[in-house]
Amino acid sequence: MPRITVTVDGITYEEDVEPRLLLVHLLRDRLGKTGTPVGCDTSNCGACTVMLDGRSVKSCSVLAVQADGCDVVTIEGLGAGGSMHPMQRAFHEEHALQCGYCTPGMVMAAIDLLRDDPDPSEEAIRHGLEGNLCRCTGYCNIVRAVRRGAQEMGQAVKTS
Amino acid sequence: MIPAQFDYVRPGSLAEACAELAADEDAKVLAGGQSLLPLLRLRLAYPSKLVDVGRLPELSGVHDRGDHVYIGAMTTHDEVIRSAVVTEGCPLLALATATVADPAVRHRGTLGGSLAHADPAGDLPAVVLALDGVLVAGSEEGEREIPAAEFFVDYLETALRPGEVLAGVKIPKLGPGWGFHYEKFHRTAQAWAIVGVAAAVRRADGAIAEARIGLTNMGATPLRAAAAESALRGAELGDQVRQACEMADEGTSPPADLHAQPDYRRHLARVLTRRAVLAAAGSP
Ligand SMILES: Cc1cc2nc3c(=O)[nH]c(=O)nc-3n(C[C@H](O)[C@H](O)[C@H](O)COP(=O)(O)OP(=O)(O)OC[C@H]3O[C@@H](n4cnc5c(N)ncnc54)[C@H](O)[C@@H]3O)c2cc1C
Ligand code: FES
Ligand code: FES
Repeated sequence: MPRITVTVDGITYEEDVEPRLLLVHLLRDRLGKTGTPVGCDTSNCGACTVMLDGRSVKSCSVLAVQADGCDVVTIEGLGAGGSMHPMQRAFHEEHALQCGYCTPGMVMAAIDLLRDDPDPSEEAIRHGLEGNLCRCTGYCNIVRAVRRGAQEMGQAVKTS
Repeated sequence: MIPAQFDYVRPGSLAEACAELAADEDAKVLAGGQSLLPLLRLRLAYPSKLVDVGRLPELSGVHDRGDHVYIGAMTTHDEVIRSAVVTEGCPLLALATATVADPAVRHRGTLGGSLAHADPAGDLPAVVLALDGVLVAGSEEGEREIPAAEFFVDYLETALRPGEVLAGVKIPKLGPGWGFHYEKFHRTAQAWAIVGVAAAVRRADGAIAEARIGLTNMGATPLRAAAAESALRGAELGDQVRQACEMADEGTSPPADLHAQPDYRRHLARVLTRRAVLAAAGSP
């Protein structure tokens, strides 16, 4: 069985994995990172989105062995010292969720979007979140939350 | 679902990868995994072994080689879109790649994987065909070049032989005076093309001097709209172009599926070709 080394939310793990183990199952079933859900069987929904070496990926569509030597950040690794990341807080404050199933992936995809475009327009947000499906909200509050999160993150950078 | 069991190797060189494939006919190449892993999860494929070439440095990167752009097979969709060499040397590829899937899939999925997978609904095979790209295959015997027109053999089938790995693709640069457009029709964001049209057009004196048109999802392989291409030669923008584009579906055999029947796809090919050609000619 291949042995991999992978850093998840700042902690480095060494794990023996079956080649067929998906990254999302490593996170959930081995490492207890159940903040990252599985929402589909077709790589469409984006609920499982995490950062792999700083870029958003669908963790159901990456093998754990492919993440060998990589740095993974999940929704659980975003907040610091028990407080929410500004994007998480914006989702909370703008009521950008109902059942919450899509939320971890939406937040990760939103943060990824801001790497390129720190102050995205509504259209850029709708386009940038194309890989993430929400069955509850109708997206309007999600778009509003991403704009607010972006502004607060920009603010945080400016004041620090 | 959890995929069935398979072995996994991550060879350190292209030569090693080819040897692994040559030694086991049920082994499969793993690139970005964005087509293969969904198939494995649905248990539609049962490879004995995955040969992971995703990290091979010799298969990655975009290189300006004067008269053509060379793109390593493992260059991701995201890297293609961000490459200045691509946006300058073969902008049509960048335009079409930006319509593939969504950002997270584009971070993993590769140009080589898309071409080797040879899904006729994929956006990039039609582009490489329209641009007369040349595919470079590596094997234990060395390298071999395959013109795009001979590479796509049938549905999900290419001219790659057992033991061969797609190493990269050469895209000839088109000189000044060419315009480009990729027109994709799909009903929902992130979905595959029901029909797509890749157009490269050279304009001279208010008319079309030359046009190259690749069709996505109009048959078992990507196709060139040959009849429309020759009718477009010398066509004046306006009615003549419109008439020429009415031939866009000649010689195609579009599939029927839950998204569309063949006659609807033929209609789309004609309309989308007109839109793509006019947009590429700078007169939308
Ligand atoms: C939700 C979703 C939406 C998508 N939407 C689109 C879309 O709109 N348009 C589109 O074009 N694509 C779309 N794709 C597919 C995407 O573009 C894939 O990245 C691409 O089809 C395969 O590239 P890959 O690197 O992931 O290859 P893999 O999945 O790793 O491999 C695909 C196949 O090619 C073979 N292969 C890969 N590389 C090589 C090589 N170098 N030599 C020989 N054989 C090789 C593999 O053995 C396998 O059979 C979508 C995918 C998903 C998950
Ligand atoms: S669970 Fe990964 S995309 Fe749906
Ligand atoms: S809040 Fe329920 S799926 Fe988005």
